[in-house]
Amino acid sequence: MHTDPPKADAPRGSLLTDPKARAWTFQILSILVVIGVGWYLFHNTQQNLANRGITSGFAFLDNSAGFGILQSLIDYTERDSYGRVFVIGLLNTLLVSVLGIFFATVLGFLLGVARLSPNWLINKLATVYIETFRNIPPLLQIFFWYFAVLRAMPSPRQSYSFGDALFVNIRGVYLPAPEAAGGLVPFFVSLALVVVAWVVLARWARRRQEATGVRFPVIWANLALLLAVPLLVSLVFGKPFTWSLPELKGFNFVGGLAVIPELVAITFALSIYTAAFIAETVRSGILAVSHGQTEAARSLGLRPGLILRLVIIPQAMRVIIPPLTSQYLNLVKNSSLAAAIGYPDLVSLFAGTVLNQTGQAIETIAITMSVYLAISLSISLLMNWYNKRIALVER
Amino acid sequence: MKAVKTTIAVVAATAALGLATQANAGSTLDAVMKKGFVQCGVSDGLPGFSYTDEKGQYRGIDVDVCRAVAAAVFGDAKKVKFTPLTAKERFTALQSGEVDVLSRNTTWTSSRDSAMGLNFAGVTYYDGQGFLVSKKLGVKSAKELDGAAVCIQAGTTTELNLSDYFRATGMKYTPISYDKSDETVKALEAGRCDVLTSDQSQLYAQRIKLANPDGYVVLPEVISKEPLGPVVRQGDEEWFDVVRWTLFAMLNAEEAGISSKNVEQEAKSSKNPDVRRLLGADGELGKDLKLPKDWVVQIVKQVGNYGEVFDRNVGAGSELKIARGINALWNKGGLQYALRCPTFSAFQAVVLMLPFSIVRRLRWKTKFVGQLTPPVR
Repeated sequence: MHTDPPKADAPRGSLLTDPKARAWTFQILSILVVIGVGWYLFHNTQQNLANRGITSGFAFLDNSAGFGILQSLIDYTERDSYGRVFVIGLLNTLLVSVLGIFFATVLGFLLGVARLSPNWLINKLATVYIETFRNIPPLLQIFFWYFAVLRAMPSPRQSYSFGDALFVNIRGVYLPAPEAAGGLVPFFVSLALVVVAWVVLARWARRRQEATGVRFPVIWANLALLLAVPLLVSLVFGKPFTWSLPELKGFNFVGGLAVIPELVAITFALSIYTAAFIAETVRSGILAVSHGQTEAARSLGLRPGLILRLVIIPQAMRVIIPPLTSQYLNLVKNSSLAAAIGYPDLVSLFAGTVLNQTGQAIETIAITMSVYLAISLSISLLMNWYNKRIALVER
Repeated sequence: MKAVKTTIAVVAATAALGLATQANAGSTLDAVMKKGFVQCGVSDGLPGFSYTDEKGQYRGIDVDVCRAVAAAVFGDAKKVKFTPLTAKERFTALQSGEVDVLSRNTTWTSSRDSAMGLNFAGVTYYDGQGFLVSKKLGVKSAKELDGAAVCIQAGTTTELNLSDYFRATGMKYTPISYDKSDETVKALEAGRCDVLTSDQSQLYAQRIKLANPDGYVVLPEVISKEPLGPVVRQGDEEWFDVVRWTLFAMLNAEEAGISSKNVEQEAKSSKNPDVRRLLGADGELGKDLKLPKDWVVQIVKQVGNYGEVFDRNVGAGSELKIARGINALWNKGGLQYALRCPTFSAFQAVVLMLPFSIVRRLRWKTKFVGQLTPPVR
């Protein structure tokens, strides 16, 4: 039997009763309302600012800042502009975020696996850690590290010294810093060559295994390459670095690399706090892989290490990635708590000091908010892309 | 919760700046009259300037200025509510209308006066920036501070002066900034920094908060001029005048020898025409400012004259024991100089000024015409 498909232009009533027309009307109306409210807020703000004689606009970003900054990853003098202060604040925020994400991930994965361990002690220790740090507000943890732990360190003259190269005191941690020497360029070239060699080696090993079934110890070969090649190169071309050691001169240590206590406190607190959540995420991911998978792998004759690497983790990652993304986002947003202990991050430096020195609250807050939005959206995009890549390919 | 609170306050204030049309449209004086109290922004804890005593009462010079404004407007110095603000929060709070007057040891600078839409009503305290160090360091002068870590309150003029001073003297320093002045003191005590910099009055005030005040010393150098005074929003001349003349009334009262003890007596029986005008027995000063006739009497009776306020809070009668120094009256070797109360009422003044303004107008005309005429060569 043959039936006609329902026609698109079936008899319609008036515009009022037509569901399609009605839907469009309401959607257009709501968009107009949203635009209207937005325009009203913008216009009203502009007018109020003008009425009160408050300067507005973004011209202040070119003005000279005139104040000192505790920590900057790029060169900064007081003559530099507010725009540069913004970049410094942003970089400091990113530094805390990257360090925090790195340590939280490493610690979190270890703890997540530890909590599933059949060893009673390891299992319980991980449980206690997770339940404690997950349930204490991050700001309190920051205060704990900053005021209770790092404030108790000795003064520069009584620093804890480790082999006269590493010093710990109330002003921070002082490490030897590498300084460029003659062999620096060949050193980096050799590192790049090693990376290329890794890729080639991995491809070759995989092809050989697929063809012959013989496995090649890729990891050990990679490690050997990484150690041997740069070492040889530096023997031939001379040292890539000399080490500048921190030295007590006048009030403080001079030279070397100084890690300020504010950075240490915020990194510790955020890593430890977020690691507890990541551990739970990892545990739930591993538990989500059914036991049948392990049994099947075992019956194929795989060793426990390989079962974890080839069967469990790839499947667990699919469950882990989405909640892990939101933990990363939380960490980045929590990094704004750094303002509480005077770490010069974006909020403290730009939405705090610059706002107060220029009085341009609306501009600075708007810029700061959009930066956090941009960072969070970028992390989301990146993690979504990774999630898609490892997701189950459905046919 | 500090940072969170600050952020919330700033965001809220920013939002309020966008939404509040009312605060801008009406006059502040009318709004204050309507709500029945003055909302005053003060510091979050600075002995001598604004702090809460053991009974939870606000005290200090900055607090008394607010009380004086309330006494002038309502005849009751108690009709004032205080909002403690950090250095970072203060301007946004004033701009957005959260407070009516900001009396929070704030330095009068050109950028604040112009770009931020604020007006300084006068100077309550002439200050200057100095350094507080531990005696253990053995430092005798600010010139020996090369390489030091310096604790400082974020978002203040002292932050800028500090960098200027070290740049000018070619020395290096590490700035360690906190939102609250209390945090800077704790950091100095713990040894996070070698030296604390702030306005000198604050240094003396903060020194008595230390566990061992005698172990610390204020260095002799004063590296900046810091005139501190109450601030109001720009564009409301009426309210600006109320705050400015409240301050002047306190100074004029001291100059005329009127104190909280003798003010009622003087108001009744003084023969001195200046005093009679000031205290509202003659003239129209109160009416012109839209204030009650006895506003100065109420200020002096309930709060005191400038000298009394100074002594009680930071001077000889206080823990700080700061000398009057440049804050003495102009006729006693200081800088405090209040403008005179008008000899005539506003109407009389206009009538008297008429001939002068006519003459000036004529002159201006000739000058203008002269400019239009091309120069003869």
